[in-house]
Amino acid sequence: MEKYDLIIRPKRHAFDINFKEIWQYRDLLRMFVKRDIITVYKQTILGPIWFVVQPIMTTLIYMVVFGRIAQISTDGTPQILFYLGGITIWNYFQESFNTTAKTFTENANIFGKVYFPRLIMPFAKVTSGLIKFGIQFAFFMAVYLYYLFTQEGAVQPNWSIALLPVYILLMAMFGLGTGIIFTSWTTKYRDLTFLLTFGVQLLMYASPVIYPVSSIPEGTMRDILLLNPFTPILEGFKYAFLGAGHFSWTSLGYSAAVATVILFLGIIIFHKTERNFIDTV
Amino acid sequence: MSKTVIKIENLSKIYRLGEVGTGTLSHDLNRFVRMNILGQDDPYAKVGHVNDRTQKAEKGELVAALRDINLEVKEGEVLGIIGKNGAGKSTLLKLLSRVTSPTTGSIKVKGRLASLLEVGTGFHPEMTGRENIYMNGTIMGMRKWEIDRKLDEIVEFAGVAKYLDTPTKRYSSGMTVRLGFAIAAHLEPEILVVDEVLAVGDAEFQKKAIGKMQDVSQNQGRTVLFVSHNMASIQNLCTRVYILEKGQYYYDGDTDAGIQKYLNNRVSNTETKLSERSDSSGNCLLMFEKVIIKNNGHEGINLQSGCNAEFDIYYSIKETLEEVVFRMIIVDNQDVVRFVCNNYHSSRPITRITEDGKITLQIKNLPLPEGKYYFHLLSVSKNTKLHDIEFAGSIVVERGDFYGTGKIPTFKSGLFINHNWISY
Repeated sequence: MEKYDLIIRPKRHAFDINFKEIWQYRDLLRMFVKRDIITVYKQTILGPIWFVVQPIMTTLIYMVVFGRIAQISTDGTPQILFYLGGITIWNYFQESFNTTAKTFTENANIFGKVYFPRLIMPFAKVTSGLIKFGIQFAFFMAVYLYYLFTQEGAVQPNWSIALLPVYILLMAMFGLGTGIIFTSWTTKYRDLTFLLTFGVQLLMYASPVIYPVSSIPEGTMRDILLLNPFTPILEGFKYAFLGAGHFSWTSLGYSAAVATVILFLGIIIFHKTERNFIDTV
Repeated sequence: MSKTVIKIENLSKIYRLGEVGTGTLSHDLNRFVRMNILGQDDPYAKVGHVNDRTQKAEKGELVAALRDINLEVKEGEVLGIIGKNGAGKSTLLKLLSRVTSPTTGSIKVKGRLASLLEVGTGFHPEMTGRENIYMNGTIMGMRKWEIDRKLDEIVEFAGVAKYLDTPTKRYSSGMTVRLGFAIAAHLEPEILVVDEVLAVGDAEFQKKAIGKMQDVSQNQGRTVLFVSHNMASIQNLCTRVYILEKGQYYYDGDTDAGIQKYLNNRVSNTETKLSERSDSSGNCLLMFEKVIIKNNGHEGINLQSGCNAEFDIYYSIKETLEEVVFRMIIVDNQDVVRFVCNNYHSSRPITRITEDGKITLQIKNLPLPEGKYYFHLLSVSKNTKLHDIEFAGSIVVERGDFYGTGKIPTFKSGLFINHNWISY
């Protein structure tokens, strides 16, 4: 029997994902990230500043609507930090989801011309999203440090700040997982695109981004909220920096388990779609 | 014997026309269960339809863009893949490039395969030439260090050294294409799959590109699969041709014989009325019906060099047409143009056509040497194409006394021309 390096067949197993090949294409991932950065910053003077405008405006609106008018509690922490922190970490999920959810439709042209492991594309998007997150996070830190040093006791940072990379990783996994599931479905059913922005918005209100879990009365409502896998991440993030909120290893473990399952499912669905999507897109 | 580097077995690709999915949720579910859980073949894929684009597609009809293709390519071969539009060439390329996957069958490949369906994939106009080299190179599967090593060569081949750090949006389109091809040419895969779209750029660059491909195959012993409509470049490059016809195997073998077979096949339907030919284009307000060829007034497709040839071209019209131009291109058996007859240049457009009729193209003293020729027909009215048929018919020219001297020339290339030698 002769040996062949590559065999192209009609079907592969659902779990037959060539991670070795993805690793071989790591330089491509780097180039895609570079391309994203260049195309955002070239020929704009303010470039990165724009990324900060959105959280500022949103925070101001939340302060007025939810803080002043609705008078929703922020667990006694400064409103500006509470909202800004929530928005910053949530934005990273949203950004990752929004960009990866367009993987197939936006790259149909490239995908139709050349082969490379398609997963590289959403991976690159999540990676370049880190830069936007970094800028927004730096802004959050600036405001945070101001409160930390000028207003004694307004915020109580603690050891769990060390878990920040875990929170970011989990948000990336959620964004990537849901995004690639979404993009796989939209190749066949275009109308799902309409759900995209709307769905993320709904999800945000269903997660404790602009309100703390403690503001929800004990009972069914709170139980449902605690089932939301985003809850431990958002609460944990605020707990680490502001000292208010809830943290437990169990809930974090639950969140990580859900993220892993979603990402795993996403990769399988994505993998199944990538092989023939060019015929249907 | 050299070893097989590509082995294609029973390869088919089925497309469903009209809609995506089987159309009903229950079929979709049934198919899903069978294919994904039970691991069976698609129960709704009917392998059996011939891809015939002349027939109007029924809703949800399945069409085999490729059917039961078996092909082996040996190391160092330059294989030309030819076929009419819709014969399945692009589908085969897509399958080889792994852009889409087959419905049945398999392709086995030995060594690295790179396919060029396009040059400069992934180029971004905001990025500099250097950045785009890395972008495109990595998309094609090169590692960064490989590109580092070849950067100078690529830049030199493309001739863009001066503009390496300029965004490619400031490049001329020719420069962009050259850069794209230069990267592709330096990929150094064991197997290169090339689409004819590569035949872009100016004449000088084309020569360079073809030269590079020849170099790749002959001197470096690499395998090349080349898809083209252009018989001349196929003849130049390929050691073997594979012909597809309506998604199926038609011919596999020697280049010259293959090209003959392909061209003959294109006119084999001279019996079919021209107006019913499926491979024509235009708005069909005027349709060619038939062409009757006369040799010194006698009907028949056999002509002689120097004879008085007449082509009676019959047409039908749908409405009154003005300023009509007719054009006939005579090509030889390698699809190389020998001459063009066009009433726009040689006289003037027909002012007005009000009813079906014929027009006669008269060529006194036919300048074609011995051989088999084909003609393309085209009619245009006020810059809109009415009817365009390639390979509308064929003629056979026998040796003849072109110069009227009683001597019969025997060479076959070029054209005869009336001339004088003046001695002093």
